[in-house]
Amino acid sequence: MSEIENLPVTMTVNGKKVQRFVEPRTLLIHFLREELNITGPHIGCETSHCGACTVELNGMSVKSCTLFAAQADGAELNTVESMANADGTLSALQEGFRQMHGLQCGFCTPGMIMRAHVLLKENPSPTEDEIRAGISGNLCRCTGYQNIVKAIQYAAAKLNGETFQEAAE
Amino acid sequence: MIPGEFTYHRPASVAEAIALLVDHGDEARPLAGGHSLIPMMKLRMAAPEHLIDLSGVADLKGVSQEGDVITIGAMTTQAEVIGSALLTDKLPILRETALLIADPQIRYVGTLGGNVANGDPGNDMPALMQCLSASYVLAGPDGTREVSSRDFYEAAYFTALAPEEILTAVKIPVPAPGHGYAYEKLKRKVGDYATAAAAVMLTMSGGTVSSCAIALTNVGDTPLFAEEAASILDGSTLDRETVKKAVAAAEAITMPASDGRGPAEYRTKMAGVMLERALKRAAERAQG
Repeated sequence: MSEIENLPVTMTVNGKKVQRFVEPRTLLIHFLREELNITGPHIGCETSHCGACTVELNGMSVKSCTLFAAQADGAELNTVESMANADGTLSALQEGFRQMHGLQCGFCTPGMIMRAHVLLKENPSPTEDEIRAGISGNLCRCTGYQNIVKAIQYAAAKLNGETFQEAAE
Repeated sequence: MIPGEFTYHRPASVAEAIALLVDHGDEARPLAGGHSLIPMMKLRMAAPEHLIDLSGVADLKGVSQEGDVITIGAMTTQAEVIGSALLTDKLPILRETALLIADPQIRYVGTLGGNVANGDPGNDMPALMQCLSASYVLAGPDGTREVSSRDFYEAAYFTALAPEEILTAVKIPVPAPGHGYAYEKLKRKVGDYATAAAAVMLTMSGGTVSSCAIALTNVGDTPLFAEEAASILDGSTLDRETVKKAVAAAEAITMPASDGRGPAEYRTKMAGVMLERALKRAAERAQG
C-alpha cells in the first residue's frame, strides 16, 4: 500500500469553508464531485479541451480537471451551484440561457455559465467577437453557439440595466 | 485519467525548491501552471514521485524593467502577460503571441516559465524568445547562470536546464521604439498547437530594413532561429524577390514531422507562408 500521506486541503467553496484530507493526486474536479458532492462541474473530456469542468477559482476561470485539489488550497472557489440569486430566482446569466435557448442537452451549460460569469466581470459590455473568443475554451455539441452568444448578450444587457435587442438577421 | 501517486511539496523559496530537486533527483519535477505536466501525468507519460509546486514562491512572479532589460518572473501567467501594461507598451508581440495560446481558462493558469522551460516544440513562446534574443535565468545548487534562448533548446523536451535547476525568470532586451512585430500562427482550431508559426521583429529606417530577427514554431524538434533568412532581409526594402529568397532560406531549415497537422512538405510551406505574412504585418507596423 501507499505510504504517501494525505494532505489537508482547505478552501471556500460557494461561500462555505470546507476542509478535507486528500490524496495529493486528487484532481480538483474529483474533489468537488466526489468529496463535496458538488456535481455542477462536469467531467467531459478530461483533457483540458472541453471546458465542462470550468469553475471560478480566485476570480479566474479554470478547468478543474487540470488542477490538483492541493493547488487550490486556501482558494475561493465558485461553481454553478452558487449562481442563482440569494432568493432562489435565476441570475441574469441563468435567465439569459433560459430565455435565449442557450442549451439543449445542458451538459456544457455549467461550464459555459461559469466562464461567462468571469468574462462579464472582466468585460461587462463585450462585443460578439469578444464573447466568442471568451468562450473559445468551452465546447458545445448541440447549439452551434449562436444561442449561447445571445444568452450572454442578454445577461450583459440585463446587468447593465438595458434590454437585450436581438440583431436583425 | 488519474495520475500516478506522488508526494506533493510546496516550497516557499527558490532555495527550498532547489534543495528538494537535489534531494529527489530524477524522481522530482517542478510544477508551474501544470497545463503541460498534469495532462502528461494523467496519461502516465510522466510519473514523478515528487511534485514541487512553485506557486508558493512569491519571487517568481511579476514583470519589471531595469534599464534596457525587461524581466518576467517564470510563474507569470499568460493572462498576466496579456494584462501587463508595461509589456503591451514595450513588447506588444508578447501579448499578441500569448493570445494565440490555448484558451482563456488555460491562459489564466499556464505560465511563461513553464511554456519556455518545458521544451515542447509545440509551445509558442520559445521561438518568440529566440526572436527577441531573450535569455533564461537558471537557478541551481551552485548559484544562478543565464543561458540564451538561442542556445537553450537541444531536442524535443531536452534543454540546457539541469535536473536540479529551476528556470526562475526570462530577460528580454527592450526593442527599439517604433519597431515592427508580428507573430503569425496557423492552427486547425482554438487550443491547437501550431501547424506552423513565425515570429518577426524588425526595425526600418528610410524604407529599408535596419535590423531583423525571425524564429519559427513547431516545424522542427526545437524552435528554429532563422538567422540566414533574417540576414538576407537586412538592408533590403522587403521587395518581392528578397522576401522570396528569405522565405526559401527559412523553409530550408525546417524539419517538421508528418502528423495530424499535415504532411511535412505542407508544414514547411506553411512556415514560409506564415513568415511572409508576419513580415508584411511587421513592416506595416514599423515606423521609419
